[in-house]
Amino acid sequence: MNNNSNAYFKVINAGILCTFQDLGRFKQGSLGLTTGGPADKAAYLWANRLLNNPANSPVLELSFGGLTLVANTFTTIAITGAKALLTINGQPKENWQSHRIKPDDEINIGFASQGCRIYLAVADGFLVKQQFGSVSTVVREKVGGANGLAISAGQLLAIAKTEKKPLYRLAKKDVPDYNNSLSLKMITGYQHSLFDRYEITKFFANEYQISSQCDRMGYRLTGTSIQSNISKMFSEGICKGAVQIPPDGQPIVLSNDRQTIGGYPKIGSVLSRDLDYLMQCSQGDKVNFEPISIHCAHNILHLAKAKYQQTQLLKVAM
Amino acid sequence: MPQLVQISRKEARIEVAGEDALIIYLDDFIDNNISKKIALLENRLAEELSDCLVDLIPSYVSLLVIFDPLVSDYYAVKQSIIKHLTFDFTEAITNNNIIELPVYYSPKSGPDLKNIAKTSKLSVDEVIKIHQEKTYQVFAIGFAPGFAFLGEVDARIATPRLATPRAKVPKGSVAIADQQTAIYPEQSPGGWNLIGLCPLPLFEPNAKPHIPYQVGDSVKFIGISKARFLALGGQL
Repeated sequence: MNNNSNAYFKVINAGILCTFQDLGRFKQGSLGLTTGGPADKAAYLWANRLLNNPANSPVLELSFGGLTLVANTFTTIAITGAKALLTINGQPKENWQSHRIKPDDEINIGFASQGCRIYLAVADGFLVKQQFGSVSTVVREKVGGANGLAISAGQLLAIAKTEKKPLYRLAKKDVPDYNNSLSLKMITGYQHSLFDRYEITKFFANEYQISSQCDRMGYRLTGTSIQSNISKMFSEGICKGAVQIPPDGQPIVLSNDRQTIGGYPKIGSVLSRDLDYLMQCSQGDKVNFEPISIHCAHNILHLAKAKYQQTQLLKVAM
Repeated sequence: MPQLVQISRKEARIEVAGEDALIIYLDDFIDNNISKKIALLENRLAEELSDCLVDLIPSYVSLLVIFDPLVSDYYAVKQSIIKHLTFDFTEAITNNNIIELPVYYSPKSGPDLKNIAKTSKLSVDEVIKIHQEKTYQVFAIGFAPGFAFLGEVDARIATPRLATPRAKVPKGSVAIADQQTAIYPEQSPGGWNLIGLCPLPLFEPNAKPHIPYQVGDSVKFIGISKARFLALGGQL
């Protein structure tokens, strides 16, 4: 934490899981450190963009909501991600929009009714000390954020003192719709070619349900069991989105806080843009998989980037 | 005399891992030099791909290359890798680092020693002696920050994981699972067989180097007394 700043939010209620995140921790894989970073990168990027912050500015990521903060300064905030009731001093406010805050304002974010990850960004970002080049909190590794821990009630979250900023909102048509039935595009890769063709067909033809074991590390699915003939393999590097098939045949989609290496066969990796939507899902939601090539994935990523850059924010009339 | 390694493109395979990752398999089996070869390739690619590189994860026989797909693409990254696999991949292995780590072996600091001795029909002292005889390769670092997978353990003392993992393995525990050995850098759950304790810190977020070894290095364990263990800062 930066002690030179006396501008802060006091945490009254931290909700279920509230952590500091930036874009993530990179080039630390050889130490065994994972990437962390926002579970829903798209929503994270919009939160910072609504404030004209640099893309890597630290934000709060809330899983399921339930946050109450009190400000001691003038600033501007923006909320994106899952649908949840935002109030400032008890007055309902719009999500996917930036809002002015003055001293003693109470900001409250209720529980998510659609999606489960909410992003709260503040003008010029939260002031958090980096560890291994990032503030991203990975609780399992005790790295990042505030002493490697989730945020708790009573903490003071230091922020920068900033000038008055113009307010923006994202047009309704550009706000993502967090559906509880998803089709996930998966780049075929890793041990894909070693799976039996019949097993691969089963995998793509059937629907899977999200189990109770779903968190920032990964989502364990339940449904048709997939068998692999791969009995023994060496542990190897796991990329974000990798779909592991453990011996019980129930797929696990690995995400931000995954372990960096593992020894289960993998049938491919979910496209990052679709992984954002998966990370907004909770237990009981349904998904199916659709195979794509790496070339197709690159096309989608470039088109998405162009669309993101061309999307104009709307000025909020005061 | 420096050792020479050569890797041909025939042995190595490059597979797609994800939208932003390729994985290179240098071999199907581990040999005496595999970790050094992978470390060498890791260093070369770190330089070659510096503009688009996100991370490199070496592990046993493979190297995962994660790149920014908005900066480079599959073809370019694959070409860079192939270049290093086919052209001039003969190089002196200069990494002869052997990291010596002190271990207090005893049934108290290593609660599974007696069981390993029993199942392998050896005495506890023989198990301890055999564990120290080998110089181990660092095959991978993962599971937790600084957790190094070392091998290969002498077949006589190789022991499968516990049927029920422990909820709490003490920090610094030296352990065996099949033909692998490792040290738990922090207290964590774990299913490996515990044979001793290392008094040195193995993951230091606020000091450099953060960990004492990297993939490609070698590790040797040196048995120490309880008094020496405590003097080095060990805690029982």
